[in-house]
Formats: sequence, structure tokens, C-alpha cells
Amino acid sequence: MARITAGVATSHVPAIGAALDNGRCADPYWKPLFAGYEFSKDWISRVKPDVVILVYNDHASAFSLDIVPTFALGCAASFAPADEGWGPRPVPPVEGDPGRAAHLAQSLIQQDFDITIVNRMDVDHGLTVPLSLMFGQPVLWPVRVIPLAVNVLLYPPPSGRRCHELGKAIRHAIESYDPDLNVQVWGTGGMSHQLQGQRAGLINRDWDNQWLDRLINDPEALARMPHIEYLREAGSEGIELVMWLVMRGTLDLKVRALHRFYHVPASNTAVGHLILENAI
Amino acid sequence: MSLDKPYADIPGTVIFDADQARKGYHLNQFCMSLMKPQNRARFKRDERAYLEEWPMSQAQKRAVLARDYNEMIALGGNIYFLCKLFSMDGISFLQAAASMTGMSQEAYARMMLGGGRSPESCRHAGARPPGEDK
Repeated sequence: MARITAGVATSHVPAIGAALDNGRCADPYWKPLFAGYEFSKDWISRVKPDVVILVYNDHASAFSLDIVPTFALGCAASFAPADEGWGPRPVPPVEGDPGRAAHLAQSLIQQDFDITIVNRMDVDHGLTVPLSLMFGQPVLWPVRVIPLAVNVLLYPPPSGRRCHELGKAIRHAIESYDPDLNVQVWGTGGMSHQLQGQRAGLINRDWDNQWLDRLINDPEALARMPHIEYLREAGSEGIELVMWLVMRGTLDLKVRALHRFYHVPASNTAVGHLILENAI
Repeated sequence: MSLDKPYADIPGTVIFDADQARKGYHLNQFCMSLMKPQNRARFKRDERAYLEEWPMSQAQKRAVLARDYNEMIALGGNIYFLCKLFSMDGISFLQAAASMTGMSQEAYARMMLGGGRSPESCRHAGARPPGEDK
């Protein structure tokens, strides 16, 4: 039986990708940020997932305003790094997993999640920066990736509760997949940040850390947090955090945090990072 | 019945909702066109002429030419679309965000290094966002 063995959460700031790609990781500005992922790179080289279901959002790279899917599942055999306006990141193409993605799509739709199936899309920093943070700079990514793009750009994004329930449905789908398989689910984006208007630069360290506590210990209650609280407390772009609830929904109610990291700032953003495993 | 918008009172913030997206559709699609190198080249050659190809309002076109990001956002722009424009100009997210706050680049960068803007005093309208010197 396929199993979800761990959940990973991380922010996905584009400047982190640029720092990596331009060899600036050791700069005093970036060093403390990358230090927070040293444990994670070592850990993942040992646990070796076969597949990562990577929950992220597209930033007007694959999807324009012509079509805005709320949940879009990438079912292609590979996904090219997107040109976001300054050329594609110099990272390997992302290898998909069409067979398992098709299984996932069918199971999720039959569990009442009307997801969009995407057979061609480029993936932007929302997906590739988390891969870089966890795997460094390999010649090829050592894992297959099933991208799950969530709309958090056009308000309203799906509710926290809906995201959390989707996570539970993903778990059910994975566990009904016969071949033995080591699957991780990653939730990305956040934490507090606002990139627009006179309030740009907003960071809410206390709120972020309480949110991390609740994600670990009380996800059912956290999933009921209304969008307005994210907007007010974590900034207009902090709402990306609902994507972490998809990851959390794939795990047991009781989890343990193998790793927890929080750092301000990366460009305009508070960076949070968790590795979670079921407690037993 | 109009939609409930509890976020309308968050100061210095425009939530990109369905109304904003409708207003800004062509503005945002114009920005997205700049992801293609040949379009960037054409736009740079004659910005006004390139903009004339898009059914945007005159106010939107003026805001693009002036690189007035707060105005573009008020007129329906979304930051992840607008970033194609400032990226073409060689401006980072940090610089673009700073430019919208009314703070100098140096003061904004210092604020971020110091832990960012505190949410105190900018949760609700009435509280003036720091940095807005009006």
C-alpha cells in the first residue's frame, strides 16, 4: 500500500531561488535562512520519498486571468520551469507521475473534489523554490512530483476547511493505491507578508508562530479560521497559508514536528518551515 | 445583493477580488504578455504604441507609463501580474514593495531587516499605516 510518510511545509519566496541560482547562499543576508534547511536536506536524503505531492500556487505564470482553477492537478509527464519575466530558473525540469496523478484525480473527483486536470503547464518559483530548499542543486530532482496548484491569487481562495478536507481526501486516494510507495505531501507559501500598497512589508511574528503551533496541535480548529483574519493579521499575501492545511489534512490528528524553523526576512516575507510525521 | 467585503477597511490594502479582477482584466493580461521576450522588446521600443493594442482605460495606461503601482492596483492590477512589468524594468519585489509604501528604499529595507512592519495600527481603517505621510 502506498503511504504518506511525512508532511513538509515551507515558504516559497522568489528571491530565495535567485539567491541560490546566483550563488549568494553564503551572503550574511541569506546564510541564516539556508541554515534553517540544513537539517531538512540531510533528512530527505535519508528518507528518500518516491513521490511528492506538491501543493503550491501559480503566480500568473501558467494561468492568466483567462482561466482560474481553484484546485489544478498536474498530470503531465514533465513540467518545465516557467519564464516569470526574467528567464526560467536554471533548475532541472520537474518529472511528473502521470499514472499516479490520474489515480489521484479520479479518486479526488469521486470524493466530491471537482479538481481541474492539467496536462500541460510550466511551474514557477512556487514549486521550484521548495524543491531547491529541500534538495539543493542536483543535476536531476531525485523525486517525481505531482503538482497541485491552488488559486490564492484571485480572492477568495478556497477556505481553510476545504483545503484541510482535500488533504484528507488525498490521503484516502494515496492509501488506495496498490503499489508500495513512499509519498510526501508538501504545503508551500506564506507566512505573513504583504507585497502591495502602503501596508507592504507587514510581518506578524507572534501570529505566525501561534499559527504554526495550532497547525501542529489543533488543525481542525485552525482550519475554521476565516480568510479575513489571514488578510488582517498576516497580510494580503499571507493567505497562501491555507495551502499548508492541505498537507496537514494528509496526516494524523497527532503529529510530531521533526523540524521547525522561522526566519524574517526573506525579501518582503516571513519564512516558516516544518517537517511533520504521524506521532505513532 | 452586494458581496460582503469585510476586508474593505484594511488600510493601505486592495484585495484582488472578482470586482477588481473584472476592472483589471486587460491591464493584467497586458502585464502577462511581457513574459515573452519579443513582447518586452516591442513594449520597450514604444510603450505608448504597445499599450494602444490593449483595450485598457486611459487611466490604466497612464498608470503603466508612470509606473504608479498603487494606482495600477487601485485600477484592478494584481501584484503577481504587475511583477512582470517591474521585473522587465529590473526592479525587485523588495524595491517594488518599498515604492508603494511612500518610504525610501533604504528605510523600507531597514524596516524589513528589523522584522518588518508591525500589524499594530494597521489592522483597521482609521489607523494610519506607518510610512504614509499624508
